[in-house]
Amino acid sequence: MSAPNNNQRHTIAVLVDNEPGVLARVVGLFSGRGYNIESLTVAETKPEAGVSRITIVTSGTIQIIEQIKNQLRRLVPVHTVSDLTIEGPHVERELALVKVSGTAGRVESLRIADIFRARVVDSTNESFVFEIVGRPDKLEAFIKLMKPLGLVDVARTGVVAIARGPQAL
Amino acid sequence: MAYEEMTGAKILVQALIDQGITDVFGYPGGAILPVYDELFQQNQIRHVLVRQEGGAVHGAEGYARSTGKVGVVIVTSGPGSTNAVTGLADALMDSIPIVCFCGQVPTHLIGNDAFQECDTTGITRPCTKHNYLVKSTKDLARTIHEAFYVARSGRPGPVLIDLPKDVSLGLGPYIPPADVVHKTYQPRVEGDRALIEQAVAMMAEAKRPIFYCGGGVINSGPRASELLTQFVNMTGFPVTLTLMGLGAVPASHPQFLGMLGMHGTYEANLAMHGSDLIIAIGSRFDDRVTGRLNAFAPNAKKIHIDIDPSSINKNVLVDIGIVGDVTRVLEAMIEVWKARGYKADAAAIADWRRQIEEWKGRNCLAYRHSDEIIKPQHAIKRLYELTKHREDVFITTEVGQHQMWAAQFYGFEKPNHWMTSGGLGTMGYGLPAAMGVQLAHPDALVIDIAGEASIMMNIQEMSTINQYRLPVKVFILNNEYMGMVRQWQELLHGGRYSQSYMSSLPDFVKLADAFGAVGLRAEKPSELDDVIKEMISIDRTVIADIRVDKAENCFPMIPSGAAHNEMLLGPQDKAEQPISEEGMVLV
Repeated sequence: MSAPNNNQRHTIAVLVDNEPGVLARVVGLFSGRGYNIESLTVAETKPEAGVSRITIVTSGTIQIIEQIKNQLRRLVPVHTVSDLTIEGPHVERELALVKVSGTAGRVESLRIADIFRARVVDSTNESFVFEIVGRPDKLEAFIKLMKPLGLVDVARTGVVAIARGPQAL
Repeated sequence: MAYEEMTGAKILVQALIDQGITDVFGYPGGAILPVYDELFQQNQIRHVLVRQEGGAVHGAEGYARSTGKVGVVIVTSGPGSTNAVTGLADALMDSIPIVCFCGQVPTHLIGNDAFQECDTTGITRPCTKHNYLVKSTKDLARTIHEAFYVARSGRPGPVLIDLPKDVSLGLGPYIPPADVVHKTYQPRVEGDRALIEQAVAMMAEAKRPIFYCGGGVINSGPRASELLTQFVNMTGFPVTLTLMGLGAVPASHPQFLGMLGMHGTYEANLAMHGSDLIIAIGSRFDDRVTGRLNAFAPNAKKIHIDIDPSSINKNVLVDIGIVGDVTRVLEAMIEVWKARGYKADAAAIADWRRQIEEWKGRNCLAYRHSDEIIKPQHAIKRLYELTKHREDVFITTEVGQHQMWAAQFYGFEKPNHWMTSGGLGTMGYGLPAAMGVQLAHPDALVIDIAGEASIMMNIQEMSTINQYRLPVKVFILNNEYMGMVRQWQELLHGGRYSQSYMSSLPDFVKLADAFGAVGLRAEKPSELDDVIKEMISIDRTVIADIRVDKAENCFPMIPSGAAHNEMLLGPQDKAEQPISEEGMVLV
């Protein structure tokens, strides 16, 4: 057997006990073993059971991705590890807040925001803050277009993802 | 159901008793004093007071590996816990079950840079299997029982519990082990039936198969070694063992090829290289075993049985990976082998074994004997010859040349009788480990095969050994060099022996005396047997200072970056085969 060397992007959902240090464990695993993290989000999703959901976007060869999942499964507070990229269709979303400053590009930025279905969530005479939701590539396209129009600040949530269809993790 | 309320310290002691713990290794200090106060007031648990916390963890490792039980360590906060770190990392690499309790400053002081405070759970997170900071006494009993469960289940490992002083002084319910439910950590023990069927079918087809087995067989319990030996007998396949696996198959078994890897035998490494099927059981394709990965066993299909899914396909891609406990998987494989009426390809296996016998004929462990100077290999060989009649010999080692010679020249017939630091390679492991082994087996012959450099790293534990009257034998192969460092400098760095020579070593005979032990010395081959016999016959701690050839190197050797079939067999090989640039950067 030989592994193809090309890197693949995978979105992995991990259900964990919401206890102190659990995020450090996951992050430490990635840094300690030299794996990539492209994005990582975490929040409690089942408060009654004390369970949080971590969504990790990572990249690596098939062998590395397998290692990442097996290493995650070894952690004691981890309930399930699900590789959304290979387990069927799924939805990925990210939210960004994008600040555009200055007066020159105001009208144009509003027009583009409209095309991207971004909302204005704050406005002054010389600035807007847009809220935009979508796949990361959509956010990137929007941010790129805002650059010449006075882009000064961006905050992004990182990717959250969920499988399509009736099944739960 | 109402549980009895007690202090955290008392909960800890009660939990240890209910976990069947009879011995703990530790060192007191401010933050852990409530626990020591509780230990003082009971007599079911014996506490062994070490001289440095690192010694406590290695002691617990030796204890655990020789008994199959969980080793327990109790240390204080700050330096107590940081001193324990090396031992924890060692236990993690070699999959040794340990539960380590660390005192911590009271919860309201955590994060304040209080006296003897450190972020113990932060520091130990990557060098433990799991760790806990207990913030409330009500969680303590559950946490302790879970810690023991995690330490011994699946792939065993060290688990640490950080215990703030107010938690050990406060009151909480004592929950017995039976009432603790483990929510998440449920390692798989039964192998996948379909994969087992495929694997066994593959074995029946094999022409040049080899079993390559490791510490996982030992960790699975003595039954695993019995089953492995049975399967080896049934199939007629040759078997090689890793450093951590020695004893899983008797060294005297005719199909046993010796250890493989960097200092493994010629026949074991060439058999791996030439095989068409490798059955890896409880071994992890470590870099010391595989040599250069792209030249590793190029024509072999691989079956890998391991309880840790992350070990499978980590370094070497395998054809069949079976996740499960070695004992259970071997039971199933043997059952399938019998039920399906499989037979090994007798003619092919006979050819294969003839080929292996030919490799064996190279006599790769040969060394030039001398009547003037003690060869280190000869010293181990004599030690083995003069002790092999005994059933109860336990060998520990430090790390370096002496460790490899011990692995090459001491024959282990049974599992759990060989304790060495394999993964982390911790100099200073052997003496405290021997202390732990002797404590668990008071009447056994426990020998730490040591080098004079390694022994100095935890020499303070001689004092502990003296205090508990443990008749440990320390067998030092004294060449006044860090031998393995010197060997690499000779082979890789043009003979520039940078900082590998030790002047001003202690007089080990006088040192033994100072620690209440008996010191012996052998300087000539003619003195060796008498010193070994005397060492064994003395019913006290002995340090035997064996002055060996300072220039001897450990062969065979696969230089770093080389493949199994590119071994150096002796000093005459080194000039012909310089080490590649890629090899230079490897450790």
